[in-house]
Amino acid sequence: MFKRKLIALAVALAFPGAALAQDADLAKIREEIRQLRGTYDQRIQVLEQRLKEAEANAGKAERSAAKAEPAATGTTARSGESAFNPAISLILQGTYANTSQDPNTFQITGFVPSGGEVGPPKRSFGLGETELTISGNIDPYFRGQLTVALTPENEAEIEEAYFQTLALGRGFSLKGGRFLSSIGYLNDIHQHAWDFQDAPLPYKAFLGNQLKEDGIQLKWVAPTPIFFELGAEVSSGSQFPGSDQNKNGAGGGTIFGHAGGDIGPSYAWRAGLSYLRTSPLNRAYEDMDSVGGAVTNSFTGKARMWIADAVLKWAPNGNASRTNFKLQGEYFRFTQDGALTYNDTGGSAVFGAVTDSFNTDQSGWYAQGVWQFIPRWRVGYRYDQLRFETVSNGIVNNALGPTAADFPVLASHNPTRNTAMLDWSPSEFSRLRLQFASDNSRIGATDRQVILQYIYSLGAHAAHKF
Amino acid sequence: MNPNLKFLIGLTAWLVVQPALAALNIFACEPEWGALAKELAGDKASVYVATTALQDPHRIEARPSLIARARTADLVVCTGAELEIGWMPLVQTQSGNSRIQAGQPGYFEATRQLTLIEIPQQLDRSLGDIHAAGNPHVHLDPSNIARVAAALAERMVQLDPGETVQYRARAKAFLERWRQASTRWEKVGAPLKGLPIVVHHKNMSYLVRWLGMREVGTLEPKPGLPPTATHMSELLASLARDPAKAVVRAAYNEPRAAEWLSERAKIPAVTLPFTVGGSERAKDLFDLFDDTLSRLLAVQK
Repeated sequence: MFKRKLIALAVALAFPGAALAQDADLAKIREEIRQLRGTYDQRIQVLEQRLKEAEANAGKAERSAAKAEPAATGTTARSGESAFNPAISLILQGTYANTSQDPNTFQITGFVPSGGEVGPPKRSFGLGETELTISGNIDPYFRGQLTVALTPENEAEIEEAYFQTLALGRGFSLKGGRFLSSIGYLNDIHQHAWDFQDAPLPYKAFLGNQLKEDGIQLKWVAPTPIFFELGAEVSSGSQFPGSDQNKNGAGGGTIFGHAGGDIGPSYAWRAGLSYLRTSPLNRAYEDMDSVGGAVTNSFTGKARMWIADAVLKWAPNGNASRTNFKLQGEYFRFTQDGALTYNDTGGSAVFGAVTDSFNTDQSGWYAQGVWQFIPRWRVGYRYDQLRFETVSNGIVNNALGPTAADFPVLASHNPTRNTAMLDWSPSEFSRLRLQFASDNSRIGATDRQVILQYIYSLGAHAAHKF
Repeated sequence: MNPNLKFLIGLTAWLVVQPALAALNIFACEPEWGALAKELAGDKASVYVATTALQDPHRIEARPSLIARARTADLVVCTGAELEIGWMPLVQTQSGNSRIQAGQPGYFEATRQLTLIEIPQQLDRSLGDIHAAGNPHVHLDPSNIARVAAALAERMVQLDPGETVQYRARAKAFLERWRQASTRWEKVGAPLKGLPIVVHHKNMSYLVRWLGMREVGTLEPKPGLPPTATHMSELLASLARDPAKAVVRAAYNEPRAAEWLSERAKIPAVTLPFTVGGSERAKDLFDLFDDTLSRLLAVQK
């Protein structure tokens, strides 16, 4: 309509002759235009007002969204099947090793072989154990943890798979499944957290690196300002110094106690005493007789072990970020009483199977110190000593045939080892270590080892165990 | 009267009296929460503080003395937001104390009462040792202390209902004194608005936000990594373009990096107590803020 009026106006203007007659029309048109403008003006005003209000509301909405966002994103994904996922962490390790002796001929002469992977790493580049740890709370009463070690030989070994109580209270906690025993100090610390690439000699000789138990553990913490804890474990006793016993009841057990505390703000200590007892049945190891034929020796009897451990940590004012020092040592006494069966039927077949009494009473200890001298850099030194003391082999003593030369692994020898290391940790989650060792575990041969090791952890934050 | 009934009455009377004799055993992870717990509970609680102002709470280990103290604690007061993730979960599981496990009323996290800032957009360790829930160093903002105090007092009431009247009265008195002190601090701290500073670690963010200061750089290349020579040179270069008026560190941070930058950039190095006990003067929460403000204001002169 407006357009038509415009055209009419244009036409009217184009013909001035009709001007007077169009004046009234013009006035009418002007009036209509003014009215239209008024209407549109009004509508524009209303729209502007609505726009202002909408903007103000958007501003408010933005602010409250900004506030709501932290609350929402502050927590992890709150729905879906993965909402209750456990904590997962992965440890990647590897070594480069240079050893003067062949790692395949490693033995700790003077001591019954413990069957664990106790030798030095392979020469040249090698993958260490890759550890996957998964843990989480099961319900208000229990939490669970799995640590599986994936070996470079493509085996999956369960290092720990256990449940632990949360709600017993009164200082008690119960753990069950497969777990690292809490005897000693180093036994329940995972290998990637050690201060050296390998275990001390007493752990290698007497516990096959670390004692893992299938069983249950009960611990009690005393309600005292000084830390005091008592614990006991019962297990199937199937790990060295035990064996697969195939009998009802507990094959082995331990009891232990630890005490600890602070001395001023800068020192913290922990000391303990542990006792292990197990009854190995046909626990076998392979050896060679005096002419090189294969021999299987198997022991049945009782094995007992005492461990005394102590650790002292220092940091200026208790702040370990810049510098800190850690001193630790453990003393072991290991006795076995029973019978040993020598069997060369698979080799030279001279004596067949011969059995007589077998008793050992041996000891060992180690002491190590690690000093972080500037942030990220630590240096450490360790001394290991094993003492042969008494090995009473009835087969040899009672002249049943085999002589001492047919038990080469049990030759009288006091292994010692010196180890020094330097490690660099760019962050809490990565570490590179250079380790030198002079290892006299083998009789008559010193192994000079140079090992470069990397340890990386990713995923959930690991616990700072003392 | 039936002797059994007498015994029962006696036993009931004894049980009724028990709560009035009980003191609350509080285990505080950091000194600021220990000081707050003391203000709110007074002599109704015995407070043990796990760390001191001279210790980096990220680097603590679950040592025996902490496990022993957690064993007998009724209430554990921590920061949360994964600040104590390296040690507190282990202390909880080793303590054999069912009351202080996660999710129980005996476990109180200060950061759950607050809205955190600096929540990472991306969670990745390549960005340093970051905290998923946001910046956990919350205590250097008086309004945060007030919010935590209110919630903590209610938690004490929940755990020790026999002393409800006392806890609520002490909380009310504390919050009133705190409100007056906060107003005074805001007036005193007004000249610090816009002050550009370099910090050692990202643990001053709430203080910076409260006072309206501006953080122009950190001595750590990424959160949790110690200062490196390369990063310090880069920082020095960036300060030439966007200068800072001071380099600020907490009492537990190592002094050398801050001193190096202070010398090269010709700006004062300020050491803040950061928490209660971090300086001679900072004996409680009020003195902590007084001392912090006076040390920062000294820069302006």
